[in-house]
Amino acid sequence: MQLIEVKNVVTAFGDRVVHDGLNLSINEGEIYGLLGPSGCGKTTLLREMVMLQECTSGSINILGKDISKIRERDAQQLRREWGVLFQFGALFSSLNIAQNIALPLKEYTSLSQKMINEIVAFKLNLVGLNPSDSKLYPSEISGGMKKKAGLARALAMDPKLLFLDEPTSGLDPISAKEFDALILNLRSMLGLTVVMVTHDLRSIYDTLDRVAIIDNKKIAYEGTLDEITSVQSEFIQTFFSEKA
Amino acid sequence: MKSLFDTKIEGNHLTLKFKGKVTLYHVAKYDKILNRLTTTSVKNVTIDLENVSYLDTTAAIFIYNIEKKFSSKEVTLKCDNQNYLSTLALVKSNISNYKEYATPQEITPLEKVGKCFYEYYAGFIAFVEFFGKLFATHLNYLTSLKNIRYKEIAFEINESAIKALGIVALTSFLIGLVIAYQSAYQLKLYGANIYIVDMLGISIFRELAPVITAIVIAGRSGSAFTAQIGSMKITQEIDAMRTMGFEPFAFLVLPRILALMITMPILIFVADIMAILGGMIVANIDLSISPELFLDRLSRVVAAKHFFVGIAKGPFFAFLIASIGIYRGLIVKDDTQSIGFNTTKSVVEAIFAVIVCDAIFSIAFTNLGI
Repeated sequence: MQLIEVKNVVTAFGDRVVHDGLNLSINEGEIYGLLGPSGCGKTTLLREMVMLQECTSGSINILGKDISKIRERDAQQLRREWGVLFQFGALFSSLNIAQNIALPLKEYTSLSQKMINEIVAFKLNLVGLNPSDSKLYPSEISGGMKKKAGLARALAMDPKLLFLDEPTSGLDPISAKEFDALILNLRSMLGLTVVMVTHDLRSIYDTLDRVAIIDNKKIAYEGTLDEITSVQSEFIQTFFSEKA
Repeated sequence: MKSLFDTKIEGNHLTLKFKGKVTLYHVAKYDKILNRLTTTSVKNVTIDLENVSYLDTTAAIFIYNIEKKFSSKEVTLKCDNQNYLSTLALVKSNISNYKEYATPQEITPLEKVGKCFYEYYAGFIAFVEFFGKLFATHLNYLTSLKNIRYKEIAFEINESAIKALGIVALTSFLIGLVIAYQSAYQLKLYGANIYIVDMLGISIFRELAPVITAIVIAGRSGSAFTAQIGSMKITQEIDAMRTMGFEPFAFLVLPRILALMITMPILIFVADIMAILGGMIVANIDLSISPELFLDRLSRVVAAKHFFVGIAKGPFFAFLIASIGIYRGLIVKDDTQSIGFNTTKSVVEAIFAVIVCDAIFSIAFTNLGI
């Protein structure tokens, strides 16, 4: 089943065209990567998918809903069904880590405080943070910890769909590897669908099922990693030659 | 609607049967149902997950808690779905990890007071340190005219003073208008109409124009300094400057302070003109003192020293406003809350400092007979 379908998406900022007719589809239970050189609009596409930005023309379907024509109530429902991890965590600086993770649970469910505390502690443990760090504020923790806390917050509501913007950049290799293992684990246990923007070759090969490569405003390639090196694209040839 | 959570007690056997989706939206309700049960006589518990279609991690924690609650009894889990079992196992392994974590102790009120005072003390010391550094850099950079960054100063003069001319002029015009209007009413009672000129002249030149200008500038430009430098701190621009060998004091601090010190007297001069203009209009309408008469008397009764005293306060006020604003910007911590907090503080402290400084000047000048 297709969870996300991007059709003929054009994005332009003034005269500058970033996307010129992108088409891609993401299936349920897939770990899908958006790849491409810096400035090719990977993050822009991700932002369009989570309704932070609108595309100039074309349509994006998420969980069967066209988000350019979505009603506010449906949009709100949709927002509960996904989790988003931003590149630098984007934790709320007025709340400590535990409160950051508890926020959606408090706002959207009627769970008791005790239960919320347990969920928070569990999610922290899951992403590899020590529960004793939960009282720290975002300004008091490192970039890698912010990222992990951001993932814990994204996972707070057990979303079906997870958007990750460069999840492993800035993490040490061991944490990055654990992160990849965690993503794979969550996918198999909870049936998550993951869409990520990444540059980390290791996590590309370890986790991704399928990729889309955006180059020159178009999709240069969409599919599995097996046949990727046969594609005629300077970016793909250079990027994947290390491994091949 | 049929409940998706069945509880059944038969003798000493409790069966908890879950059906359909078990997610974080259901758990709170199920928890209430479970708490209403009297389970003292129960010996074995069966948790039945066979008809569950989806189990999320919150539900898994809930089931783990049920198992823990009945740990003195015999608990059997009926579940053949491998995914649910692995979710439960994941919860179990993660929960056992944080058992030893204890909440930190509450601090006593005495400790709080001590901490609070120490923080004030540390803040004061930091401010003194800032001043020390400021003077040291001042000396270092002003030894040669070459070192002065004229471009930055000119930019700051435009940003924080020239663009403030309008609001300073309008504020002081209104202040002059209001003061004249209120005193005209009183003076009329005694027939002392013409003395409005003396009154307005001295109060505006000496006190009102400089203080009002300083307050407007503290609110407008002082807060801008804090916010600008604070955001530069958060985006690590200041760190970047330091590593490249650009001393932030020379690039950011001194130009702003010098710019404000140069322009403050000019702003006060404008404020003087506008406030007197406001007073003159009221005197003309309310007390029928013509502008010619007003200006003629002004030049005869109000000595020039009053005007110069007011102007001379300008650079001092400017120095206080700019240095407090910049100091507050530089101590912004790495979070967005801190910018708001320090901006508020910077304006409050700058206005307070200006008024204290003005009081000191007032006493000193009067005693010196100026």
